[in-house]
Amino acid sequence: MASSSVAGDIELDRPNLEDYLPSDSLPQESPRNLHLRDLLDISPVLTEAAGAIVDDSFTRCFKSNSPEPWNWNIYLFPLWCLGVVIRYGILFPLRGLTLLVGWLAFFAAFFPVHFLFKGQKLRSKIERKLVEMMCSVFVASWTGVIKYHGPRPSTRPHQVFVANHTSMIDFIILEQMTAFAVIMQKHPGWVGFIQKTILESVGCIWFNRNDLKDREVVAKKLRDHVQHPDSNPLLIFPEGTCVNNQYTVMFKKGAFELGCAVCPIAIKYNKIFVDAFWNSKKQSFTMHLVRLMTSWAVVCDVWYLEPQYLRDGETAIEFAERVRDMIAARAGLKKVPWDGYLKHNRPSPKHTEEKQRIFADSVLRRLEES
Amino acid sequence: MGSTSSMLTQYDIEEVQDHCDHAFSQQEIVSLYHRFCQLDRNGGGFVSADEFMTVPEFAVNPLCQRLLRMLDGLNFKEFVAFLSAFSPRASLQQKIEFIFRVYDTDCNGKVAFDDILSILRDLTGSFMTEQQRQKVLIHVLEEAGYTKDSHFTLPDFMKILDNSDMKMEVEVPID
Repeated sequence: MASSSVAGDIELDRPNLEDYLPSDSLPQESPRNLHLRDLLDISPVLTEAAGAIVDDSFTRCFKSNSPEPWNWNIYLFPLWCLGVVIRYGILFPLRGLTLLVGWLAFFAAFFPVHFLFKGQKLRSKIERKLVEMMCSVFVASWTGVIKYHGPRPSTRPHQVFVANHTSMIDFIILEQMTAFAVIMQKHPGWVGFIQKTILESVGCIWFNRNDLKDREVVAKKLRDHVQHPDSNPLLIFPEGTCVNNQYTVMFKKGAFELGCAVCPIAIKYNKIFVDAFWNSKKQSFTMHLVRLMTSWAVVCDVWYLEPQYLRDGETAIEFAERVRDMIAARAGLKKVPWDGYLKHNRPSPKHTEEKQRIFADSVLRRLEES
Repeated sequence: MGSTSSMLTQYDIEEVQDHCDHAFSQQEIVSLYHRFCQLDRNGGGFVSADEFMTVPEFAVNPLCQRLLRMLDGLNFKEFVAFLSAFSPRASLQQKIEFIFRVYDTDCNGKVAFDDILSILRDLTGSFMTEQQRQKVLIHVLEEAGYTKDSHFTLPDFMKILDNSDMKMEVEVPID
């Protein structure tokens, strides 16, 4: 395939898209010679275009699922009203209060520790515990009903955890069990403030996904982090963007070429009370949290899966795909061949060129035969 | 929640059905309407070229620029009419008419050598040279009894494409 010759990290980040793309438009191998009719008939290409307009797998990945409409009837209606009153009138203020108290306690403890403690080791240990505590407060603020399956991650070097990504709350849910150092997109607002002040103390690394230079720096930081014996376990969301927990987009290969054990984590949300997908284009993270805090509960399963190692002769991309298979199977996600960054960028012309190459080849071959 | 997108009344649906020659069932129209609202991100009541290009599967299509010229700024009725050629209920004639419209960029009812060549250029990109394209085209034209200067009309297209086993159908997902 032509992909081996393409330079640049972004291009190499993807498995062969052509293996997945619908191939309806490829000219059928037929023994016939080339006729005018064959050249004029562009219906396969048009059908493919119209098919994409009517429905496409990429858009489906980022579709928020509206709650299933249930049967309105007069008996259920008062109950529902009562539910609304309880959720907004009682639960929400209570949860807000929990969060507020949590934050106050956290800051009261965090800043003295951060600025006064000299002992590196003890300080980071306390900070780690505090961050875990704060994350439990967050989970409590949406009555997180979370089942963790499998052995808890341990803190040791040479391992990296990868999980599917639905919302920033993935991170909170995982962080309350283990103080992970996470690789995340830089965010604006209060989230950015927390990223910079607090989460950096557990070794989190921030970057801007559109900045190529940032990506190089991150790659280096990653390697250093994994080698360091005292650092917190590393957590990466290799999809690079939030997906609606029904599909999974391609994994970036960065996490899979660090030369260490890759421990997959599968996260599946139960949509019974609320859809945990954060559609960052439509909703700020604050509004997303409010939505979670006004629902009955966030129900979720987390599976810590068997650590995986790079096999002999396996490329980083094949490795990433193998791990994606495991997570998709465990969490019941459908795989799509798209790079999540396409939410922000146009696809590269490489894919169009591949289609053109196949068409041109068949025309030339059939012309020679006639 | 979720109620804003299904505001089509029976009258609206029937009006759209009339507009597209009943190529789609009422359920299909409702599905298409959901899809249309999804594509129309800024909610202006029409889908712009940029919004179509946010669908990667469409954006990688070799003919997408050409189709965008037909698609840019369509409202829902026109959107459905555009897609009606791909309905299983559309006749072969309607499908061929659609193909003809793609070729006939200046809408004068005639397709010249250059029009066909330019589609071929889109389809083959840098993988054929301009000479190769011309050679191929002249070869098949002469074989079919035409010349480089022939102009094709819709009936010509019908004659050429009529007996081909064309399958130009798109299924509208109904949920």
